Amino acid sequence: MPTDRIDIRHVARLARLALTDDEIATFGPQLGSLMTHVDALAKLDTENVAATAQVVPSRNVQREDAIRPETILARDVVLQNAPQVQGPYFRVPRIIAEEG
Amino acid sequence: MTAPYWEAVIGIECHVELKTVSKMFCGCPNEFGGEPNTKVCPVCLALPGALPVPNAMAIEYMLRAGLAFGATIPPHSKFDRKNYFYPDMPKNYQISQFDMPLTQGGVVRYWLEDGTRGECRLTRIHLEEDTGKSTHASADGRLAGATSSLIDFNRAGVPLMECVGEPDIRSADEAVAFLETLARTFRELGVSDVKMEEGSLRCDANVSIRKRGATELGTKAEIKNMNSFRSVRRAIASEIARQIEVVEGGGRVIQETRGWDEAAGVTHSQRSKEEAHDYRYFPDPDLVPIDVTADVVERVRATLTETPYERYARYVDTLGVDSKRATQLVDDAALAAWFDRAVAASDGKAQAVVAFVLGDLARLANESGTPLAAGKVTPEALAELVALTSSSAINSKAAKQIVETLWSEGGSAKAIVEREGLAQVSDRGAVEAIVDEVLAANPKVVADYKAGKTNVMGFLTGAVMKASRGKANPSLAQELLKEKLAAR
Ligand SMILES: [Zn+2]
Repeated sequence: MPTDRIDIRHVARLARLALTDDEIATFGPQLGSLMTHVDALAKLDTENVAATAQVVPSRNVQREDAIRPETILARDVVLQNAPQVQGPYFRVPRIIAEEG
Repeated sequence: MTAPYWEAVIGIECHVELKTVSKMFCGCPNEFGGEPNTKVCPVCLALPGALPVPNAMAIEYMLRAGLAFGATIPPHSKFDRKNYFYPDMPKNYQISQFDMPLTQGGVVRYWLEDGTRGECRLTRIHLEEDTGKSTHASADGRLAGATSSLIDFNRAGVPLMECVGEPDIRSADEAVAFLETLARTFRELGVSDVKMEEGSLRCDANVSIRKRGATELGTKAEIKNMNSFRSVRRAIASEIARQIEVVEGGGRVIQETRGWDEAAGVTHSQRSKEEAHDYRYFPDPDLVPIDVTADVVERVRATLTETPYERYARYVDTLGVDSKRATQLVDDAALAAWFDRAVAASDGKAQAVVAFVLGDLARLANESGTPLAAGKVTPEALAELVALTSSSAINSKAAKQIVETLWSEGGSAKAIVEREGLAQVSDRGAVEAIVDEVLAANPKVVADYKAGKTNVMGFLTGAVMKASRGKANPSLAQELLKEKLAAR
């Protein structure tokens, strides 16, 4: 069974999703069939296909190192969708663990 | 200190903010500080639909940094998403590089204060973006007891290079020497300000211990929150001591993240990782791959000049400057360049030049607040002065006076010698006449000398120097005094 390869509780935790047991029972098989679909790709002969990270055929799209003042947002605009604001800052629930 | 039985194995990872004008993927200014949330745009705030475009200069800086340490520049590179949630990271992923970094390999050669040298291989240097900054809203500003965190996104999206070192380092002092060399090099390459106090250099250390001579690695602890070179040295030394104590006490080191507590002088366990990080890296579909051609690599390589380590080694090995003085010169690129010109002008008399540069000239620069390289003394004038001293045309007292005059007026050392009449009198007859005069004027002192009080020689030499208004060659004066006294 492809679902054996997915720890759905782990995946849900990584995505910060709180799933109920019913939801896990529903989504587990659905993810499993997605995996089965991807398995079909593994059967293709890719011997002569170069590994690629991008399907767009362009390379080296870069910008000059310059400030574009017209793109900078006014602070009231920046903060307008913040769930909570304190002075000039976004206010968020206490950070409990170091990451990164 | 590591007990002789144990050997520490240390690997350093450091993040360095690149000194570009604008951020990594958008046109916001890359500047430290400022009013919170005023240097942000839809891209660095991760507003829906906003698309990143890489900063060409940041990529150039990466090549410069890598090539300075002899890294390989792979022809193909790309950006990946590193997925995790953290409030100061607006996209919920960080654009980073996973399996195809811009630079691979390389070696950092470094030196310690006492002149011993070492080297540490680099695994890679990759390019990523910085996060925003969070402050914690408890009364004392600390994490503990805080009920909420405040986020400023001005730093979000600033280009960051992550340098990953191999576990080649064996002591806290070596770790600091390695970091200092990185910092000196990046500063000189112009790719970063490397200010630890402003957070433009941040480092973590993986520390483990093993029996000396063992080849396998012990379990490592990752040390974070070291905010100065001093705290790096203290934190690593303290962690090594802790691990030895744990193991010698019959315990075992566990793999965990430990934060350095500067005030307490110890590392503290930070929530041990219940689950291994699972960043689910995948290629960022918003960014196309980067190809770096051999032409580009050669163009960047051609811009590189002598690295701080190479300069240090040249000063010590070729010019014979001692390690401490060589370090002082290397730490000030403008001073080192001035020194090099003076050495060249003085026909390689590095010892004499360095004595002036780090002696009287450094003192004058310090007192006036004007760096030597920005002052009135030219390297050529110092070279003249060195030539005058080494040919005994002037004595050391006159040399000091000339340095002062050069500092305040500039000009040529020779011209000052002529104008001020400072040429040393080395003419035997002329000095002899003065010696005779002094001996005739001090019969009692002469009698004392003959009675065995040879320490009056200092007085007599001083008297000859005074009578010659400081111009007599002091060693010739002493020689003649001894001769004449012996003949009496
Ligand atoms: Zn921006």
